[in-house]
Amino acid sequence: MYQILEAEMLADKIYKMVVEAPFVARSCQPGEFLITKLDDRGERIPLTICDFDREKGTVTIIFQVVGASTYRMAELKAGDAFEDVVGPLGNPSDFVKEPIEEVKKRRYCFIAGGVGAAPVYPQVKWFKEHGIDCDVILGTRTKTTLIMEEELKEVAANLYVCTDDGSYGHPGNVTVMLKELVENQKKQYDIVVAIGPMIMMKFVCLATKEYNIPTIVSMNPIMVDGTGMCGACRLQVGDETKFACVDGPEFDGHLIDWSLAMKRMNTYKTEEGRAMLKAQEGDTHHGGCGNCGGDR
Amino acid sequence: MAVDVLHKVPVREQDPKVRATNFEEVCYGYNEEEARAEAQRCIDCKKPQCVIGCPVSIDIPGFIREVKAGNYEEAAKVIGLSSALPAICGRVCPQETQCEGKCIRGIKGEPVSIGKLERFVADWSHANNIVPAVKGEPNGKKVAVVGAGPAGLTCAGDLAKLGYDVTIFEALHQPGGVLVYGIPEFRLPKEKVVAKEVELVKNLGVKINCNVIIGKSITIDQLFEEEGFDAVFVGSGAGLPKFMGIPGENANGVFSANEYLTRNNLMKAFKDYDTPIMRAKKVVVVGGGNVAMDAARTALRLGAETHIVYRRSEAELPARVEEVHHAKEEGVIFDLLQNPVEILTDDNDNVRGIKLIKMELGEPDASGRRRPVEIPGSEYEIECDAVIMSLGTSPNPLISNTTKGLEVNKHRCLIAEEETGKTTKEGVYAGGDAVTGAATVILAMEAGKKGAKGIHEYLSNK
Repeated sequence: MYQILEAEMLADKIYKMVVEAPFVARSCQPGEFLITKLDDRGERIPLTICDFDREKGTVTIIFQVVGASTYRMAELKAGDAFEDVVGPLGNPSDFVKEPIEEVKKRRYCFIAGGVGAAPVYPQVKWFKEHGIDCDVILGTRTKTTLIMEEELKEVAANLYVCTDDGSYGHPGNVTVMLKELVENQKKQYDIVVAIGPMIMMKFVCLATKEYNIPTIVSMNPIMVDGTGMCGACRLQVGDETKFACVDGPEFDGHLIDWSLAMKRMNTYKTEEGRAMLKAQEGDTHHGGCGNCGGDR
Repeated sequence: MAVDVLHKVPVREQDPKVRATNFEEVCYGYNEEEARAEAQRCIDCKKPQCVIGCPVSIDIPGFIREVKAGNYEEAAKVIGLSSALPAICGRVCPQETQCEGKCIRGIKGEPVSIGKLERFVADWSHANNIVPAVKGEPNGKKVAVVGAGPAGLTCAGDLAKLGYDVTIFEALHQPGGVLVYGIPEFRLPKEKVVAKEVELVKNLGVKINCNVIIGKSITIDQLFEEEGFDAVFVGSGAGLPKFMGIPGENANGVFSANEYLTRNNLMKAFKDYDTPIMRAKKVVVVGGGNVAMDAARTALRLGAETHIVYRRSEAELPARVEEVHHAKEEGVIFDLLQNPVEILTDDNDNVRGIKLIKMELGEPDASGRRRPVEIPGSEYEIECDAVIMSLGTSPNPLISNTTKGLEVNKHRCLIAEEETGKTTKEGVYAGGDAVTGAATVILAMEAGKKGAKGIHEYLSNK
């Protein structure tokens, strides 16, 4: 069992937990992810590692409720435990593996959308620890779904917060913010790292393609084992099929077939919805899921 | 019970029509009376060919002799000398090409039903809580085993019997490897059989740490340098699923057999668990091996009309004869001598059909099997809403990429000596699918045994 030491709700449907997972904490690097499984019935949920403490053997995860298992995970409190936590999985970000002098020569802009702030944070923190300045754009739908602002402010050279509805920070989405920085404020970036919902990453990539800025994205497709065994997470990258779990999760965003990647996310939409309804309604569930026939 | 020398004592099975709708075990196995009757058919050859046919050289006439006499505990001990997983092997070994394929009885009539007898002994011994093997005197040496599948469990069990302090590191949340994620419940019950045999390995003092990915959570070099292990056995199994590279293969509704089976078996999607599985109406499974049969029979049980598409003819199907027979009985439709050329999709990239081309058999190829050749202009389409690719796997790069000095061959399989499992890195031994590419449970067990022997020799001389 993997003890939960802290649990809090950061925003609507967004939760943060600090979990004891010594094998993950001892070796994880920015860019990698882990998998949690709540209990016997739970799904294996891939989550990005938001932070880690090697000495205490803990990792910090942030997740959004999207299906039956994450709905049940949200109910967990400090003192509860996950049945399984495994990782780190995937590959560290390129900059971790490159000579530091090379990384220092480049100007990075990180773009975090929604819960994407969680995986962006350890990357920006890594830059801070290595004495490299970088800019961060943090975008979200509206003020109440904004997370990690304080944490990112501490590690970023410049933090630009924006909301789609203009309720906080700059008005507009992250692409609008990027446009403002590049076109009006004449900011020069050599690499953009964009992490967030697929639709956001897609539009960032369309913009950076125009600006000719190489762009790294972190893909979060459907996964089962996460260790390179099932092939569920395959993506079309350029003219190759890649597995996000062992070849990624970070890829050249300009090579991703976004339309296919987004359609693949829909594979289990109805099944997930049904499982979610059942989980939410519990014993009171009597139809409406389209599956059990209770309403017929 | 009368003994028919020419025929096996028939084994009781669930009715095909009934079992096609449930996940209960297909075969009930022999009861005591049936087992003793079948055992009478063994003529106790002086030079038993069956033992030569067995990858782990079980003393087959020896254990059958005990069954004849009703000494089932003794029979279990005889098997236990060579195999740690008899209830599993009795169910999933390709006996027809191994022990039973060599049985003298098979020349005129049917061979002795060795697999079913092995299963009977193992099930009896589980039911009666017999512990067939004892752990050895501790020798103070530590061995790490990577992967709790058939190779790893066997290697760990053998080393524990020799007195080693063995820890298995398993990447998934449950031990068993392909026995839990791959082979379905109806062929190999997880609680009743796999969990029990894993428990017996643990009883030998073997520790199993799940959720540890060697190469990521900790590297092999760290196991030596930081954790004080004296040797490592790598039985990490098969890896990435292969696809055909045809158009439409990344559409929604195209699954690797590994994904489909993992969702159903390991994650128990067929029960009321959280992990979803697509409930398709018509499924096409591409491939002709045991995994293809498992995927097809699973799809059938989940309510789909199910077709197997295989590019050669029935004689070349690599699956066990019993699996093909069972699949047919249950209603799986075999579309032989056909090969997919394209997966057809609708506007939302959901599978709507598959385009096949008819094949004929030409000259034998390198494998000795007749090469399938396309018949030009014979393409046609069939409707389906899911396609399951069961084309084998290529090795997982996690360990080879993160271990200095561990070399792979051109297929990216670990290079290991066949008799000892010795790799190109000192102290590291390997076996099973990680070395050979996708094969069978029993061959992985054989490699696990050889690896244990190799490690024992290495550490005894160190």
